[in-house]
Amino acid sequence: MIKTSGLSKTFKGGVRAVTGVDLTVEAGEIVGFLGPNGAGKTTTMRMLTTLLRPTAGAATVAGHDLVTDPRGVRRRIGYVSQGGGVGPFDPVGEELELHAMLYGMRPAQARERVAETLERLDLAPLADRTGGTLSGGQRRRFDLAFGLVHRPTLLFLDEPTTGLDPQSRAALWDHIRRLREEDGLTVFLSTHYLDEADTLADRLIIIDHGAVVAEGAPAELKGGTGTLDDAFLAITGRSLREDGEAAASGARGAA
Amino acid sequence: MNAIRETWLVFRHNTRIALRQKAGIVFGVLQPLLYLVLFGPLFATIGTWETLLPGLLAQVALFSAGLAGFGIVFDARSGVLERLRVTPARRTALLLGRVLSSSLTLLVQSVMLLGAGYAFGMRAPLPGVLAGLVLMALLGVGLAALSNAIALTMDPDAFAPIMTTGVVPLVLLSGAFLPMSMAPAWLDAISRATPFRYVVEAVRDLFAGRYATWTVAAGAAVTAGLTVACVVVGTRVFNRENA
Ligand SMILES: Nc1ncnc2c1ncn2[C@@H]1O[C@H](COP(=O)(O)OP(=O)(O)OP(=O)(O)O)[C@@H](O)[C@H]1O
Ligand SMILES: [Mg+2]
Repeated sequence: MIKTSGLSKTFKGGVRAVTGVDLTVEAGEIVGFLGPNGAGKTTTMRMLTTLLRPTAGAATVAGHDLVTDPRGVRRRIGYVSQGGGVGPFDPVGEELELHAMLYGMRPAQARERVAETLERLDLAPLADRTGGTLSGGQRRRFDLAFGLVHRPTLLFLDEPTTGLDPQSRAALWDHIRRLREEDGLTVFLSTHYLDEADTLADRLIIIDHGAVVAEGAPAELKGGTGTLDDAFLAITGRSLREDGEAAASGARGAA
Repeated sequence: MNAIRETWLVFRHNTRIALRQKAGIVFGVLQPLLYLVLFGPLFATIGTWETLLPGLLAQVALFSAGLAGFGIVFDARSGVLERLRVTPARRTALLLGRVLSSSLTLLVQSVMLLGAGYAFGMRAPLPGVLAGLVLMALLGVGLAALSNAIALTMDPDAFAPIMTTGVVPLVLLSGAFLPMSMAPAWLDAISRATPFRYVVEAVRDLFAGRYATWTVAAGAAVTAGLTVACVVVGTRVFNRENA
């Protein structure tokens, strides 16, 4: 479902955010994408979702080449960005309908799909609200609705549960598992909650300083007795990223 | 799905939002309306309403469509733009739908201004006014596209102060308030280097019932050229932004 080779991104100004990522995700997998702050998770996802042009490397996403057929990729994926995409002024239900129709749905079908998606995410009563009047967690759930309303085959989630209460988090996990079981959805999600990665993901990929440093099933990474936190710290080190980075490459601290 | 339907969807959505924010539409036309009410009667003692209104139309075009980029700054900040960019909709359609909606807003504002003009005693012939509105709609597309491109290129915090200041000399140099034929030679020369002068003069001819003049032809050509150039630049910038 995803296959990358040497995927890299160097930003203008010289920040080498991603330095040659090779990864593979199979259809129907739930893959957790872990790494310290600034490791390159968001940058990688933005490349895989056609928002950023890679400076080197290649990738096939959902059966289409990232660089030569970005619209083919976009047709089949959903993306929930780290910062979200709910505008403050417009009724969210209307925004969702537009969003659905941009995937080619007819108005009636879009309305039906929006209603169904909101129902599933317990958001139906909030559809007429404007984004600015929603709580942070409600807005986050609407972000999910935008990612799911067109029933993608591959879903990218960038820290989807940050700011959600435990109920919403558990509900989201159930939701993702159900979509995988019923529709064979493939999920690629980043998170800083290692318990979440542990329970939800079939496989974990850990990235640090822009490169993949470990991957495997949660149980494999834990290696028997330890917790996933221990494993994570052992792999990525204990230094805080700002300090470590300043030492590693002067350019990064500036951003 | 084709590009036209995508453009239409984005246009309709943005227009719905714009029409809902009636205050925004009125606010955009408020400044020229104030000129019309508080300066127009004074101007009418030496000139005609048919001379003044085209200038006020240029003013509303620059202040309304010229500042349309504000909207995209908001959408970029709130993540709405990225969310739309991940849909299969062509990025050109995302820009054009938005720009056409800004142009429609400008058209509504222009009609409001002309209504007030007629109330104050303007006597422009209907065909001339309609032709003038066509030029305004075209100009609106170009200006909004350019404004969006600038907004996406520039530091978003600098956009508001620079643009609100930047449009003022453009309005003045268009000869909006007094015809540039009255200006000293150096000012006249600078004015000739800005596109809006030609638009204003063309609309003045149209409002005076003179249709087949070189001034009208020049104004139409400048408007069309400007609009095409701005849309090309806007599309380039919009497509280049990320990937
Ligand atoms: N537009 C940009 N211009 C320059 N540098 C950038 C840009 N976007 C990200 N970076 C830098 O690239 C590196 C990777 O950032 P990225 O957002 O991918 O990290 P992340 O793994 O998602 O971190 P977090 O867990 O904090 O979300 C960081 O050093 C960041 O400062
Ligand atoms: Mg991130």
